[in-house]
Amino acid sequence: MAVLVIAEHDNSNLKSSTLNTITAAKKLSDDIHLIILGSNIEELANKSKVVHLLSKVITCDNEKLKNFLPELSAPLISNLAENYSHILAPASTFGKNLLPRVSALLDITQISDVIDIVSNDTFVRPIYAGNAISQVQTNQKINLLTIRPTSFEKSEDSGGDASIEEISFVDTDLKTIFINREVSKSDRPELGNAKIVVSGGRGLENSDNFKLLYELADKLNAAVGASRAAVDSGYIGNEYQVGQTGKMVAPELYIAVGISGAIQHLAGMKESKVIVAINKDLEAPIFNVADYGLSSDLFQAIPEIIKELDLLNQIES
Amino acid sequence: MKVLVAVKRVVDYKVQIRVKSDNSGVETQNVKMSVNPPDENAIEEAVKLKEQGLASETIAVSIGDEKSQDVLRTSMAMGVDRSILVKTQNTLEPLAVAKTLMKLIEKEKPDLVLMGKQAIDDDSNQTGQILSALLNWPQGCFISNLKIEGNKVSISREIDEGIENLETSLPAVLTCDLRLNTPRFASLPNIMKAKKKPLDIIDIDSLGIDTTPRIKTLKVIEPPKRKAGVMVSDVKELVKKLKYEAKVI
Repeated sequence: MAVLVIAEHDNSNLKSSTLNTITAAKKLSDDIHLIILGSNIEELANKSKVVHLLSKVITCDNEKLKNFLPELSAPLISNLAENYSHILAPASTFGKNLLPRVSALLDITQISDVIDIVSNDTFVRPIYAGNAISQVQTNQKINLLTIRPTSFEKSEDSGGDASIEEISFVDTDLKTIFINREVSKSDRPELGNAKIVVSGGRGLENSDNFKLLYELADKLNAAVGASRAAVDSGYIGNEYQVGQTGKMVAPELYIAVGISGAIQHLAGMKESKVIVAINKDLEAPIFNVADYGLSSDLFQAIPEIIKELDLLNQIES
Repeated sequence: MKVLVAVKRVVDYKVQIRVKSDNSGVETQNVKMSVNPPDENAIEEAVKLKEQGLASETIAVSIGDEKSQDVLRTSMAMGVDRSILVKTQNTLEPLAVAKTLMKLIEKEKPDLVLMGKQAIDDDSNQTGQILSALLNWPQGCFISNLKIEGNKVSISREIDEGIENLETSLPAVLTCDLRLNTPRFASLPNIMKAKKKPLDIIDIDSLGIDTTPRIKTLKVIEPPKRKAGVMVSDVKELVKKLKYEAKVI
């Protein structure tokens, strides 16, 4: 049977989380359909039909779908559900907001935040902020899964040749009005997707000092992240938070600066390949998960690292 | 406006959890239990609405065994007026939790339902969304700001890209982010007062809903441990190791 992937996008491009979810779908079926609900998405549909592994792209193009309100999207998905053995969405705030509504409409229990697919009915997911790993099985006729993007590679966004099918929009009595999105613009790589992440915690002391991290991040072409303590203190916006209730990241290199390493923060970054911790408190729990620890004042260490990186670049060029 | 708050009893967030040796689950016996942290934000918001004269009554609801009374007492010590425990020995899936809440909502007829955005034990992040769909009420998830004027509800939602602002109307289901507010500590006099506030206990079987689990837990294991790392003496050594040993820069 075919598997349906719900696309996360911005009406012009697919988010990389969609590509990770398509790779997860490949473990379940060779017949993978992608559904794109949005506004003015003709071009997006044409870009998406060449995504590797897809056999069909289903679109629903309507002005009302522009802002992804789940009250409108969920019925469009549940109406198609009987054609599929599995319906997958990324475990991002987009997928978390939407898929449980589909679960309600279909009367099917959803399995959240899947990190591995054992078989068509058996899935692995973290619980307790990743401090335990649960293997679960279900025999429901449709499986609803949100997929943790960092646990699956991205599928290639070219080489495919899927058909496009348009479905008609069905309106829902909606009481919610979209006002706006406050999105910070940045030229740095996307946090959930970057090869290197430089993260700051309460040790940075204020938002001004985060400039030091930005400078380091730019030297490394890294994304910037933060602990909840730093976000709560107003040093940086919520979209940068890494952790149990923030973003999950798994870069090649994670540099934790002035972060003590609460369980809730570790939950979001301990799958990183290499972890560096810089903290003047030698007792900080972050050192227990770090591959390389440096016990030092970050206000000295960061400028020094920047200097060393400059030197390395000079040698190489 | 009547406000209903859903509250879950979970292993305290500071506890280092242990996986049971038979891999059937996580040890919850003789472990400190507390109110699920984002549910505390929901309680705080409900109490604030009452203090601002916007809410006429606040009710806390929990689903669980006898011991879940303690999180309801905590809710009432923080200022909630009364509470209801739906008693069950079983662990309910989010879909069953939402159906249970729906039964109580049919009876209590609140105008606003608040709860945490996720429980920190099973991290499902589903119940509010499901409840909103079952009731066909507006959904506002992961909120960090709430303003109610008459029937109008303005919310800010924390999303991966930043903040999303929405306007909707009552009745509504809202799930709370940790940044919505700072939950108060219950004072000793309020803890004493809470002991006298009404706490109704009803058996889940009396509600006539199917709460049979749809998902079977095959095993729960510990996550793979990271190998112990090394301490480097200075920045020069760190950069060298990253460049030539780990080869990540």
